[in-house]
Amino acid sequence: MKILRDLFKDYRFTLSFSVLLILLALAIVAHFSPDDPALTGAVPRDLKPSAEYWLGTDSKGQDIFWQAAFAVRNSLIISVIAGLLSRIIAILVGMVAGYVGGMTDRVLMFISDSLLVIPLLLILIMMAMLLREYMNLLILALLLAVFGWAWDARVIRSVILSLREREFTQTAILSGTGTVELVWKEYMPFTMPLVFSTLINNMAWAIGLEMTLAILGLMNVNIPTLGTMLNWALAYQAILLGRWWWILTPVVLSVFLFVALYWLSVSISEYLDPRTRTQRVGT
Amino acid sequence: MNFLKRYLIPRLVQYILVIFLGITAVFIIPRLLPNDPVAAMIGVMQARGAQMEPGAMEVAINALKEMYGLEGSWWEQYVAFWSRLFRGDFGVSFFQFPTTVNQMVARAMPWTLGLLLISTAINWTLGNIVGGLAGYYSRRRWSRLLDAIAMVIRPQPYYIFAFMLLLVFGYFIPWFPVAGGTDLGRKLVFNWVTIQDILHHSFLPAMSMIVLGAAINFQTMKLIVQNVNAENFVQYAKLGGVTESRIVGKYVIRNAVMPQITGLALSLGQIFSGALITEIVFSYPGLGTLIYNAIVNGDYNLIMGITVYSILGITTMMLALDLLYPLFDPRVRYT
Repeated sequence: MKILRDLFKDYRFTLSFSVLLILLALAIVAHFSPDDPALTGAVPRDLKPSAEYWLGTDSKGQDIFWQAAFAVRNSLIISVIAGLLSRIIAILVGMVAGYVGGMTDRVLMFISDSLLVIPLLLILIMMAMLLREYMNLLILALLLAVFGWAWDARVIRSVILSLREREFTQTAILSGTGTVELVWKEYMPFTMPLVFSTLINNMAWAIGLEMTLAILGLMNVNIPTLGTMLNWALAYQAILLGRWWWILTPVVLSVFLFVALYWLSVSISEYLDPRTRTQRVGT
Repeated sequence: MNFLKRYLIPRLVQYILVIFLGITAVFIIPRLLPNDPVAAMIGVMQARGAQMEPGAMEVAINALKEMYGLEGSWWEQYVAFWSRLFRGDFGVSFFQFPTTVNQMVARAMPWTLGLLLISTAINWTLGNIVGGLAGYYSRRRWSRLLDAIAMVIRPQPYYIFAFMLLLVFGYFIPWFPVAGGTDLGRKLVFNWVTIQDILHHSFLPAMSMIVLGAAINFQTMKLIVQNVNAENFVQYAKLGGVTESRIVGKYVIRNAVMPQITGLALSLGQIFSGALITEIVFSYPGLGTLIYNAIVNGDYNLIMGITVYSILGITTMMLALDLLYPLFDPRVRYT
């Protein structure tokens, strides 16, 4: 509780926390939508924002407000699944590489370096293109989880490397603590805060990649996400035809989402360790 | 000798291994996925077959089979795959038959490369100079204001920022064209009007990358300079009466710019991914739009060609920057 109270002293934390709560509320409200999000022609087409249709309607005959609510919900679902799963991989790889060291470390770090160097987007495009008919929220989240752990595994590894050199590790080993227990009880508390802040960054990354793939038309475009909304708006030439409200809604929502996630992660990691700021911003 | 053994050779080995892994992934992925790419692609082509001459279709199917190399064992396919790559042969594009993949990539590449190189150069220089100054004068009001602006711009993906620029300067205040690399139907002749037209069309996409990239470089540089400022040797120099401009020029900047050069290498890959969607947003005639069209048309050869070229391009750029690094930083001795 004290931690939370301290965090709320940072205006960036308070602001971004509130914005995320509002977006979360929007995502929950989606369940009370009067229309099925996949249904087209439910409302008159191409209406400007009005009292009846708060954010206007699009060229497919859908209420943009409800589409946006579903979009936020689905984008958040993808990012949470991808973020949590890739955390598990990152923690495992980082800990094993850092703790075991030697050849294992070299191989694991080579794999993660390769993932960082290869133009990942293009490999993802190839996979998504061939998987297109199977592509749904879960498959996409799994795909992003498999590719999203490399940088964070490196960060966790470096923490473990320094923990391993500390005295308490020696004491624990000499007093007969098993490896699993040592890692779980002694190392986890040190890495958890870090894992949490990388989780937030990774969620933003996943939302961004979902949008990228969706704009390319590699998602099932009938599932509303922030990306597929942009895809439809582009496909219907919303800007050329002057339907700015259609394109503005997903853009503004994503700006809020990205800024909120970023500020949340900055304020948390600064609270945890002011000195790490340089490293984090450098990533 | 130590330099060779401890640095150059491992780095070169890494370079070759990464390319090898990346291209092997390009080979394996389609074979691990649950659908048959040839059948799928032929299905797509037959659905559009009316647009193709009958002879062309047959050639395309054969090219497709040959390119996938689905005859023989995986090992034989793999060897054949590499031997084609070594000849730089990616086959023909199916939907712009009989244009080869190489021709299409060559046509799109200058646009992407020009946009990327110029905007990266500008944003890196601009971000580092302004960031360096803001770090040195970090208590001034303008420095904090810039920091606050960077905090809002930085987290956004390039294309989201591009959409905003497009709405504001393409639609609400129509100063710039909303699509294309030049006016429709303009022939690419080398004269001032053409150049002006190209610059006019590339302004918004370039801006999206320059402003965002500059915000990122600004933030990093500002923090590094703040840290260097706090170090002992700078404090000593100040106490010793070394002039301010000399401290900034000789001590602070030199020490701060090194990590930024490494950062440049790492950010290349990210800029590249962002630039692809930015191109689509502006219908800019570069690699991004080419990829988009290839996906829409299911042109697998084209996607694979672009992927392989990008793997080669990005890893080579990173290698070059890594090897140039010791030229800038005398402290890196590789001993």
